[in-house]
Amino acid sequence: MSDDVRLPSLSTFPRLLMHHAQVRPNHPATREKDMGIWQTWTWSQVAEEVRAMASGLAELGFKRGDNLAIIGDNRPRLYWAMCAAQCLGGVPVPLYQDAVAAEMVFVLQDAGIKFAIVEDQEQVDKLLENKAQCPELQHILYDDPRGMRHYNQPFLHGLDEVQEMGRIHNRNHPEFLDGEIEQGGAEDVAVMLYTSGTTGKPKGVCQTHGAFIKAAESGCTFDRLGPDDNILSYLPMAWVGDHLFSFAQATYAGFTINCPESGDTVMTDMREIGPSYYFAPPRVFENLLTQVMIRMEDAGAIKRKLFHYFMGVARRCGAEILDGKPVSGADRLRYALGNLLVYGPLRNVLGMSRIRVAYTAGAAIGPDLFRFYRSIGVNLKQLYGSTETCAAVCLQPDGQIKFDTVGPPAPGVEVKIADSGEVLVRGEVLLKEYYKRPDATAESIDAQGYFHTGDAGFFDEDGHLKIIDRAKDVGKLANGAMFAPNYIENKLKFFSHIKEAVVFGDGKDEVCAFINIDMGAVGNWAERRNIAYSGYTDLAQKAEVYDLIRDCVEKANAELTHDTMLADSQVHRFLILHKELDPDDDELTRTRKVRRGFIAEKYGVLIAALYSGKTSQFIETEVKFEDGRKGKVSADLRILEVKTFPSQAAKKAA
Amino acid sequence: MSNGRQIGEVILDLQNISLRFGGVKALTDISFDVREHEIRAIIGPNGAGKSSMLNVINGVYHPQEGTIVFRGQKRHDMNTHEAAEAGFARTFQNIALFKGMSVLDNLMTGRNLKMKSNFLLQALYWGPAQREELEHRRKVEEIIDFLEIEHIRKTPVGRLPYGLQKRVELGRALASEPNILLLDEPMAGMNVEEKQDMCRFVLDVNDQFGTTIVLIEHDMGVVMDISDRVVVLDYGKKIGDGTPDEVKNNPDVIAAYLGTAH
Repeated sequence: MSDDVRLPSLSTFPRLLMHHAQVRPNHPATREKDMGIWQTWTWSQVAEEVRAMASGLAELGFKRGDNLAIIGDNRPRLYWAMCAAQCLGGVPVPLYQDAVAAEMVFVLQDAGIKFAIVEDQEQVDKLLENKAQCPELQHILYDDPRGMRHYNQPFLHGLDEVQEMGRIHNRNHPEFLDGEIEQGGAEDVAVMLYTSGTTGKPKGVCQTHGAFIKAAESGCTFDRLGPDDNILSYLPMAWVGDHLFSFAQATYAGFTINCPESGDTVMTDMREIGPSYYFAPPRVFENLLTQVMIRMEDAGAIKRKLFHYFMGVARRCGAEILDGKPVSGADRLRYALGNLLVYGPLRNVLGMSRIRVAYTAGAAIGPDLFRFYRSIGVNLKQLYGSTETCAAVCLQPDGQIKFDTVGPPAPGVEVKIADSGEVLVRGEVLLKEYYKRPDATAESIDAQGYFHTGDAGFFDEDGHLKIIDRAKDVGKLANGAMFAPNYIENKLKFFSHIKEAVVFGDGKDEVCAFINIDMGAVGNWAERRNIAYSGYTDLAQKAEVYDLIRDCVEKANAELTHDTMLADSQVHRFLILHKELDPDDDELTRTRKVRRGFIAEKYGVLIAALYSGKTSQFIETEVKFEDGRKGKVSADLRILEVKTFPSQAAKKAA
Repeated sequence: MSNGRQIGEVILDLQNISLRFGGVKALTDISFDVREHEIRAIIGPNGAGKSSMLNVINGVYHPQEGTIVFRGQKRHDMNTHEAAEAGFARTFQNIALFKGMSVLDNLMTGRNLKMKSNFLLQALYWGPAQREELEHRRKVEEIIDFLEIEHIRKTPVGRLPYGLQKRVELGRALASEPNILLLDEPMAGMNVEEKQDMCRFVLDVNDQFGTTIVLIEHDMGVVMDISDRVVVLDYGKKIGDGTPDEVKNNPDVIAAYLGTAH
């Protein structure tokens, strides 16, 4: 390309940005809905904003090698801040914006944060609370000035002023920033993402420009993503998935990111934008489906009949049509009619009309859930990866979709299964190191350069990787049969009435489970049956609700019998917890993964009761609110037996 | 608009107000004043005449006796429209929104007073009317952003939970950019969290726009927390006036709320 004279190679993100600003200056790069209107910034405007921010940061004293904390919802200026830090050879460190102040201390200290760019007053308050414990923190910059009028600390700066400073600096020293960008190379650390810390303290994963650009490149070529694609950026910026899709791939391919107005408006904003490329963890797809089902139950009889009839058709042949497999003419006709009457409007309501490629990752997705989206014509695929591998280990190619695998290894990535069953990965997308943790780095990358993922899995006959569980979670029942808790929990969670499940059984005779009901779905169910309730705790202990959940668990048990290896893992007894599992109470990680060990310890009484055959158990638990205050909930929990079934495979043998 | 919490001069002075409905004395010889930029609470048991007091202030009722001095000038008996033009806006104890209309449209009605172009141009959405409407919409969007109700912008008000409807009503009152905001039990019927949100918004309005606020509230915690001065009514008479602490320790007030030992 002739226009790359100024920046000869595109080996870093700032260079990519400047490249787009030259090649497609008027192409939309970032959109944000503000004051009810979508505002657009073109690539040249974004480049200008980033240059102003970078020079402003430099004026304040930000230097090569410094780490920049970024905290807030998905705001354009926070994405630009990442690139601004990279321009100066600094490293952006996005933090989870919903973490309480105390949770941020560790990362702020560990990363030696001197500069932070945050969204608003709320985040500023959290940092001020931590300031005493983080003496290195020198400057806090905020995006939204609302409510900041009475803050007069000299180390607080509005981003507007900092950018203005930067613009003046750039006028006086026009060569400065290009010189800084010039100094950056592919081997420099581009971003530090902290692992959610399912076990122990979070670790800072250092990823280089080279690794993330490689990951972005392989994803973009794989799915033929180009500048005309659109993505909705609504997932936490601290999550590797959002960083890959909304930052790395967008900056690589030059497509447009769209920032929603607020967390509550994502559905509406998605419908307005109609993204062509979409990424969500399974729980988002699950929530969407639950909402659809709730609204269908409230719909009129004709609509409901129509919906269920055509959903039956879609279940039978929808996914096959999407995959281009042979389907009978009559079914094709029915599907076409269904597309006109049901699937099309449904996709439109979900904002998925224009989706070309949608991905899910982060946790296993229920096969029925996965099939639902594919059958209504949404090209939903799975990918596999982690923070340490830029979320780019395996990708499902179009037309080769299987519900229970994550696809073959991505181009340029080597995957090997260890003797223990653990998945090992080698390739350019691997982390450079864990920040200041050579011990942890040495532990997870072996002498041959393989990264130990900690996931247990195997390759199927087509060379697709199948992940069953975390390697350390896979255990054995007392009779020696395999026990994969995550697998069972996922089966339970697919029922729209069950929001979260935690199963126990390692080293025990039988499997027992804690259940969290889905407040929306069960609440609606109860209302239609005139069951009065005052809140979650009350609703959860209703006899009718227990019966409802027992039916679900029984169905899951019946399904488990199809798999010889897991037939012994059927759930024998369960109880419904009196409170929802919550990251604020450390029961879930910030990415909403169950912390089984912590829960087992916290609710030891309940587990003992489950295995002692009691029919009820009293429990009192402390809960933390988002502002850090504490309260208590207590309840008498009922325990119910569930029917189990003989193994299908055993029956066949008899 | 202003630089916030600098409590200023007396902006509204009510002198010896008496209001009767036939033989019923709703208010008897009540005097108090409201200073610019302050939050002034009116409290009292049921039927004490609190809402009547607000209705006197915004011109719904005209007291038989007494004088209202507004910005140093004696006010004649103005009607509600004139009161609105003078910069008074209010919310109601029982929500008075257009239930079938969206949040956005409800807020736009709050801008009605500020619309200058004539009805016909507005209906045609043409020329100056279009520019004007866009400007009003921008103002309304600022309020939506301020009250954090983006997600319900297009939702019909009737479908919203009570707490949010109250917030929308506050938004509509704000849409007219009032100098004095009259809030009739803004937190009634809300749960703790909704009350906290509402308190924050009331304080923010006062702080950010410098709006003077007169509010009626039953929740003593709220009143003592956010108001600068409190006036206490009982059976149409004023029995206390002062800072929250003064009022809290006033024996007449304690008697009115808790009863007296006989």
